[in-house]
Amino acid sequence: MKALVWHATNDVRIERVPDPTILNPRDAIVKVTTTAICGSDLHLLDGYIPTMQAGDILGHEFMGEVVEVGKENTNLRVGDRVVVPFTIACGRCFFCQRQMWSLCDNSNPNAWMAEKVYGYTTSGLFGYSHLTGGYAGGQAQYARVPFADVGPLKVPDSLADEQVLFLSDIFPTGYMAAENCEIQPGDTIAIWGGGPVGQMAIRSAFLLGAERVVAIDDVAERLRLAEEGGAETLNFDDGDIFERLRAMTGGRGPDACIDAVGLEAHGATLDAYVDRAKAAAFLATDRPNALRQAIHACRKGGIVSIPGVYGGFLDKIPFGAAFQKGLTFKMGQTHMMKYMRPLLTRIERGEIDPSFVITHRLPLDAAPEAYKMFRDHKDACIKVVLKPHGETIH
Amino acid sequence: MNSTVNVAGVERWASAIGGAALAAYGVKQLKDRSPAGAALAAAGGALIYRGATGHCHVYGAAGINTAADRDDTRAALSGSRGVNVEEVVTINADADALFAFWRRFDLLPSFMTHLISVTEIDERHSHWVAKAPAGRTVQWHAEIINEVPGELIGWRTLDGADVVSAGSVRFMPAIGGRGTEVRVRLQYNPPAGKVGAALAWLLGHDPAATIREDLRRFKQLMEAGETPTTAGQPRGRQSILNYD
Repeated sequence: MKALVWHATNDVRIERVPDPTILNPRDAIVKVTTTAICGSDLHLLDGYIPTMQAGDILGHEFMGEVVEVGKENTNLRVGDRVVVPFTIACGRCFFCQRQMWSLCDNSNPNAWMAEKVYGYTTSGLFGYSHLTGGYAGGQAQYARVPFADVGPLKVPDSLADEQVLFLSDIFPTGYMAAENCEIQPGDTIAIWGGGPVGQMAIRSAFLLGAERVVAIDDVAERLRLAEEGGAETLNFDDGDIFERLRAMTGGRGPDACIDAVGLEAHGATLDAYVDRAKAAAFLATDRPNALRQAIHACRKGGIVSIPGVYGGFLDKIPFGAAFQKGLTFKMGQTHMMKYMRPLLTRIERGEIDPSFVITHRLPLDAAPEAYKMFRDHKDACIKVVLKPHGETIH
Repeated sequence: MNSTVNVAGVERWASAIGGAALAAYGVKQLKDRSPAGAALAAAGGALIYRGATGHCHVYGAAGINTAADRDDTRAALSGSRGVNVEEVVTINADADALFAFWRRFDLLPSFMTHLISVTEIDERHSHWVAKAPAGRTVQWHAEIINEVPGELIGWRTLDGADVVSAGSVRFMPAIGGRGTEVRVRLQYNPPAGKVGAALAWLLGHDPAATIREDLRRFKQLMEAGETPTTAGQPRGRQSILNYD
């Protein structure tokens, strides 16, 4: 089959590789009909995530048709049409049974490695470094799905691939980010990052009853899409974000702040340039200037919700501000299986159509160029979906 | 020479294990013309002697006698002599179910990957075959010396084994009804005390890490019904590293 293979920083290629096979009794093999490039894949392209190996197959947003099922998998049948969540979870451990699916005890084959870095292991992830299991990803024609009796969500034929594909990551991720804000009537939510997760967070915040949403970015098409979703927008190139948020909220500040940017934040502030220099010199691993702004801008007693990915050590976090203002922090990889089914229901009811973020539809062969286009914000790119088998299915 | 027994049973087994491994490693190094080989082989020989005879010259000189109560596993496996290896994992299952699986010794190789087979001879005795360096195997007979159904299994190897060892596994309900704590203890007592850890490092074998991974696989099997793997999945060309 064809697959997108990581070789090194800034080097991803389409290659022919062996087809996946059933390796464990609860596995399934999915013929991938539609997949996508995630903003977090760009961290892999840019070399910010350690423990990648040349030869790794990327991709963690995918869906398709079940073509083979392991002997202990009683939930799926050949022919089922499923969306596959990016987190892999056993469904039976302490964490899965408490809906903390992304913290599953039993799905990371390299648990020892994660324990060295984080103390305890989190769940396995598709196509996202060996620290989270080294599982081959879904930017490929076929993918092996472990614990496939727990994760994949069967979707009705009445919905097109593009309407349900983002149940694999960005819609639940944006939704959990908004839910973590514990939105009350009248709340104003500020969201750093107008990429796909930020866009989903904007719509989710309104679904959950936010009065106002303020989206912060400097890419014109992202700001435009945010406005279409009902958000007010701030371009961080046009002046001080804190002062403008303060003015917009009558001097009180946003009730909750979402950092949908993560470890590769770039911005026009002095600390952003210092971060970039330090990261280039390996003095720090992550560049958290969006997070700094979010903490600084958040109102007293507010919530900072962090769907943006962080992996290592952060420098100069204004923890004094967080403490003195009594902030609450909520973060982590998305507990996918908690959200997929209820969000499918919202899509079926027509409350939201997540395909609004798609700007590019390309064959899998175009993925290497698409990665760079997405990263460099070329061609007004916000979200790329890929068709590993051409356009014929759905 | 004073030939009285002054080394407790557990220590004797540990000495002989470490000694045999060290001697084998030393001999291999000798074959590879490593000057360290002779010293390692000699040190290993001393450990085997200590294990086989139950007499330690160092202990004799220091007036230490650890051989008291050597027939009581609880006593023998407690205390702080030498290096105590203890690992614990919490499993989302009843103690009775976990005990029942572990007590089926023939199933132990499904999560203890260094074992090849375990055959039960009778209620208390079993025959074990394990992997050894350079593609060899080692074998031994073991005896259950303490068993409390649903709670505890204590074992030791019998005389004449290639490898001698002793240990215990306990199954205790976790507080709040949150599954079962499974706690494995082994005692590891080379003559130079904490040098044991260095010995383990030298042999490329960290006993605590090995037990931790065994317990992790046990948990995965008991909770998820399988152990997660990527061995055999597709990879791109030019992949030179492989964890699988």
